[in-house]
Amino acid sequence: MEEKNTPEYIIELEGVTVRYNKASEKIDNLKEYFVKLIKHELMYKEFLALQDIDLKIKKGEAWAIIGTNGSGKSTLLKVISRILKPYRGTLKVNGSIASLIELGAGIDQRLTARENIYMNGCILGYTKKFIAERFDEIVEFAELEDFLDTPVKNFSSGMKSRLGFSVATMVKPDILIVDEVLSVGDVLFRKKCENKMSEMLNNGTTLLFVSHNMETVKKMCNKAIWLNNGKTVMQGDADTVCAEYTGTIADKKAKEKKERAKKEAELKKQAEELAAKRKK
Amino acid sequence: MTLAQRLKEPKEGSFREVFKYKDLLVQLVTRDIKLKYRRSFLGYVWSILNPLLIMIIMAVVFSFLFRREIVYFPIYLLAGRSMFEFVNTAVSKSLNSITDNTSLLKKTYVSKFMFPLSKITASMVDFVFSLGALIIVMVFYSIKDGTVLFSPWNLGIVPVIIQGYIFAMGLGFLLAQLHVFFRDIKYIYNAVSIMWMYCSAIFYDVGMFYEKAQEQLTSGAVPIAQYLAWIIERLNPLYIYIKEFRFFIWAPMAGELPAWAVPDIWDVLLGVVYALLMFAIGTFFFRRSQDKFILYI
Repeated sequence: MEEKNTPEYIIELEGVTVRYNKASEKIDNLKEYFVKLIKHELMYKEFLALQDIDLKIKKGEAWAIIGTNGSGKSTLLKVISRILKPYRGTLKVNGSIASLIELGAGIDQRLTARENIYMNGCILGYTKKFIAERFDEIVEFAELEDFLDTPVKNFSSGMKSRLGFSVATMVKPDILIVDEVLSVGDVLFRKKCENKMSEMLNNGTTLLFVSHNMETVKKMCNKAIWLNNGKTVMQGDADTVCAEYTGTIADKKAKEKKERAKKEAELKKQAEELAAKRKK
Repeated sequence: MTLAQRLKEPKEGSFREVFKYKDLLVQLVTRDIKLKYRRSFLGYVWSILNPLLIMIIMAVVFSFLFRREIVYFPIYLLAGRSMFEFVNTAVSKSLNSITDNTSLLKKTYVSKFMFPLSKITASMVDFVFSLGALIIVMVFYSIKDGTVLFSPWNLGIVPVIIQGYIFAMGLGFLLAQLHVFFRDIKYIYNAVSIMWMYCSAIFYDVGMFYEKAQEQLTSGAVPIAQYLAWIIERLNPLYIYIKEFRFFIWAPMAGELPAWAVPDIWDVLLGVVYALLMFAIGTFFFRRSQDKFILYI
């Protein structure tokens, strides 16, 4: 099969399923393993963190991933950034990814800022020469000129995130993965990061955005996928999906409220009956 | 995809992917070496001083314990010990390499071979530094005996080191992946490595076994010593590398050699086969289980 020069989709997921072993105990030593093997207790409780996710993302689109806690949002991002291999299904990514979720994942506390920039760049797959060419730019953006040869363990957390952000965005990536709670340094630096991100987006970078805040989602994204218990509930236009999501959440809340009220009423009734009995 | 394309672009998760990350390998190895001696007064000198001190102690102790005389015993000892320590530290460090880099593995995609590979490579670099100790001792004896103990033969150690490197990679990959699932491997390896050391003829020579076997034969007993010698010489790849290493460093100065010190064609063949076989086994199992690492770390 001949591959097209410009694939239609930049990210393509087909029937992606991720399976975890939810066994009650984790077996990580030989003794336990053999004991369980003999007792036939090597049970395998499977838990599907994602189930048959189909997602096709075109270049330049901005996608939001929404859903309640534990619905599989981070798992989906992990699959897309190749950290987690799907148990079933296929994944195709045609471009470089910059992930702004775990800033400074590769930062080594014992190394200096200078050494860390090279180390991190190499982890992201760049060559040393390539990093050296952009070194000044990175340092300037991170505002760490005076601390280049200080071990990172002496840095404040803000300085570390600044370092992480600058390294992760040193090149214009094709795909940018952002978590809502991106609190990097002080207000001024956050502004700088936001500017850099919107600059990237304007230049045609594809965005994947995780958020609970529907207002931000509507502002930043034009598409959305809604996950619940590892399954796609809905995907499509951001406004529609958000509206539906907010509606369901509101419904759920109202329902819960109703049920709680009902229960309280019942309890009250029982208490009254009891009191009445005692009086008799 | 055409064949040329396929050759150019290594498959995700294959060993060949490490070539894509060669700059990262350099970074990881320099980090290990830099951090090892950071804040120590003598720094890299310790790479040489440490084996030298241990050699002096061992040489003194064992020249009292054993009555057998091995010519240039300190060099014999140092050559054997350096080679053993190289493979042993390489393997025991790569054992932890996956489990120690949890945070990185959970957050970015990197070829997972990089972690054990960087530890093994760092051990090799450290080993090459430690050859300085060997040179110092050789210079010392050259001056003492008034002859030059160096010879072009010495360069023969290069292929021996490469064999040891490939063997250590195989064993390192195998144990590193196993260690993710069974954390007992570390303790088992610690015990086994001590046995391994005693089976590698570091401070004694295999000739000792042959003499004992001769005695046993003449007295009509079963020549157990001979079987032991066979096990060490044929089933312990590390002894083969030590023997070859000594052949190029220590043998040229030892004069006429006893038969046990000269590697024969079988030694050379077995050494290469062991290295390649171990490498194949290690990479096979590592590749097979690497996608599951994330679920266990």
